[in-house]
Amino acid sequence: MNESKSIPVSSSASSGKMLQAMVGIGVLCALLIVLTYEGTFDRIEQNKAVALEQAIFKVLPGITQTEAYQFNENNAFSLLDSENTDREIIYAGFDSNDQLVGVAITTSGQGYADILRILYGYDIEKEAIIGIHVLESKETPGLGDKIEKDANFLENFKALDVSLNENKSELNNTVVTVKNGTKQNPWEVDGITGATISSRAIGDMLGLSTKRWVPLVFKNKDSFKIQKVEE
Amino acid sequence: MADNNKRNAGFLGSIATAPSTDEFIKGLWRDNPVFVQVLGMCPVLAVSNTAENALAMGLATTFVLLMSNILVSSLRNFIPKQVRIASYILIIATFVTIIDYVIQAISIELHKSLGAFISLIVVNCLILSRAEAFASKNTIGKSILDALGMGVGFTFALFCLGAVRELLGNGSLFDYSLFPANFQNWIVMILPAGGFFTLAIWLLLFNSMKKKE
Amino acid sequence: MLSKTLHISTSPHITKGVSTDSIMRNVVYALLPVVFFAVYSFGLSAFLVIITSTVACVFTEHYLCKLSKKESTISDWSAVITGLLLGLTLPPIFPLWMAFCGGVIAIALGKYIFGGLGYNVFNPALVGRAVLQASFPVAITTWYPSFLPERFSNIPSSTLAFPFMEPDLDAMSGATPLSAFKFDQVSTATNDLALGLISGSTGETCALLILLGGIYLIARNMMNWRIPVAVLGSAFVLSGIFYLIDSQAYPSPLFMLFSGGLMLGAVFMATDMVASPLTPLGVWIYGAVIGLLTIIIRLWGGLPEGVMYAILLANALSPHIDKMTQSRVYGTTKSKVST
Repeated sequence: MNESKSIPVSSSASSGKMLQAMVGIGVLCALLIVLTYEGTFDRIEQNKAVALEQAIFKVLPGITQTEAYQFNENNAFSLLDSENTDREIIYAGFDSNDQLVGVAITTSGQGYADILRILYGYDIEKEAIIGIHVLESKETPGLGDKIEKDANFLENFKALDVSLNENKSELNNTVVTVKNGTKQNPWEVDGITGATISSRAIGDMLGLSTKRWVPLVFKNKDSFKIQKVEE
Repeated sequence: MADNNKRNAGFLGSIATAPSTDEFIKGLWRDNPVFVQVLGMCPVLAVSNTAENALAMGLATTFVLLMSNILVSSLRNFIPKQVRIASYILIIATFVTIIDYVIQAISIELHKSLGAFISLIVVNCLILSRAEAFASKNTIGKSILDALGMGVGFTFALFCLGAVRELLGNGSLFDYSLFPANFQNWIVMILPAGGFFTLAIWLLLFNSMKKKE
Repeated sequence: MLSKTLHISTSPHITKGVSTDSIMRNVVYALLPVVFFAVYSFGLSAFLVIITSTVACVFTEHYLCKLSKKESTISDWSAVITGLLLGLTLPPIFPLWMAFCGGVIAIALGKYIFGGLGYNVFNPALVGRAVLQASFPVAITTWYPSFLPERFSNIPSSTLAFPFMEPDLDAMSGATPLSAFKFDQVSTATNDLALGLISGSTGETCALLILLGGIYLIARNMMNWRIPVAVLGSAFVLSGIFYLIDSQAYPSPLFMLFSGGLMLGAVFMATDMVASPLTPLGVWIYGAVIGLLTIIIRLWGGLPEGVMYAILLANALSPHIDKMTQSRVYGTTKSKVST
């Protein structure tokens, strides 16, 4: 074996030969990629759907099925149709009696390191947030990522009050993060020592998002129904 | 490129006397891609924060290395010299795209934690250097051995880093907790800075071991 | 490695005939009042933290010298300074095992790996602290109120945390003036800051004693006075500008000067003879970079305190500052360089 010998191709290859080689390799590679894509497409889509579904089931404990709804221009919700992909989407969760339990809503905001994206579950009957799940986070491991792991912090979101005022147009109180250990009211989020900024970001995001969505969802709660006829 | 080629050839030429059964072993130890050649530092530093990530990254790289070496070696008489780099990159990129799909199909979670670094296997100079310096001049059989040796060596090195970083930074190995619950994690180890520290210490150990030999 | 008789001739402020150990010894003298005040205000736990980090530094220096078969250099006092400074930047209830690790890292990674005293690129104590900060961010930002009545009889449980185990930090914590300002917009009276009647790292509380130590060293011509002046001056000017623009949103420049580790950093750490530039103009630039960076990090960074990173960054810049300022001086007034 001698690796130092020159490449075993004549140095004066014609343009035709070069073209032939590049096109040949290109076609071969394209074929390989397309084959893999076709072979894995279903599996990947399924994985993504499962991941999202698991998150929805996590933030809305007790549901057995879920449907995606889109938010239309006329301030109403309708079942997601695949043509209007630019619409904002929320997910409704139903229990085994086909009764609406709540909705799961995604929201995002600036965390410590990068944009944070979370999914939270809003229980319409309890008028409370009953679970959150961090979809995307680049927060510092061991510090900022406590928002995903810290049991005391997650405890905040088992029943976080987002009740509406009497004429159901606005929230009684805005969700807000307070300093660790000073939570007094059900709408306050108890922050994390050592992850002040990340835990505040969660509170702020929830505050903004619930302010907008909760009255809308509550007003339109009858439009979320299991529609078995539509296939 | 010609200069680079010569330097590569000179560097590898010094071990050219080894018998061909040695193609596999050399990547593990004497020419270890990370500890000796210090190639592909981007994934080594970035995706070695846990043992699992390190292993997955190492295996993905080994797959791409193996497939690209096979294809480059089998096409070595067909690819004209002038367009060889473009061809190699095309071949490497193909297999990176394939492994990207495959990992997504295996686990979205794993794909998320490896992040952009799967796509960046394309620019891992280890793979291009094996294609250019070895596969383009040797038979398929030898190229397979070379790719496996280098790939396993790369995976081994990544695992060395990943294991130490996860052990100190998270108190666990493959997510399995090894210490009492109140073990104080050295958070710096899972941060990028920890990658540099750990790599430096491994290089120190590796070099002192080689010196003693 | 500098031998005991070798004169440091690189820094412009040192007159010939002064040996490394006599300078280092004097720096220790200047630090002693700060150490005493730290022990006085925080009690036994602060004493243990400072002693532990100092012992760790001296031990590491000695052991590494033995390991590389060289004469031990602990008698030049520089390891003691590193240990004292490291101890002074840590919170008083910092677990002792972490302080020990910090000392080992400071000497091994901050100094010895570069070749020992005279070759370190960064201030070793700050390297140790930076690694500790990145490793144990919660422990290093958990503060303790000063002047507790039981401070000489009682050791907080976190101080004696079992090695490599998480300390119990929930017990009692006080916010530093800087974190109080950053997270809760509460300002602290400048008087309290200057006299050290506040919470913070062991040695960053009493600004006046730190200044006193600095003045002693400057008077004995053992410290480059330009560095602290440049650091404090630039920090004062920049924070003053923002204070004038909006006195509600930004703290007063005096608050900025006397709070946190700026005073300790400007007087004892930025002036590290090895890691700071040599030319007079370079020193001014270096000091100004530290002052400005500190204020920028404090006002807009994620952390309430930025002195450590500012000094480390400026340390990294100092060879470049030297190169930049030297060539310019060569062309115009050559005599300045030869000091």
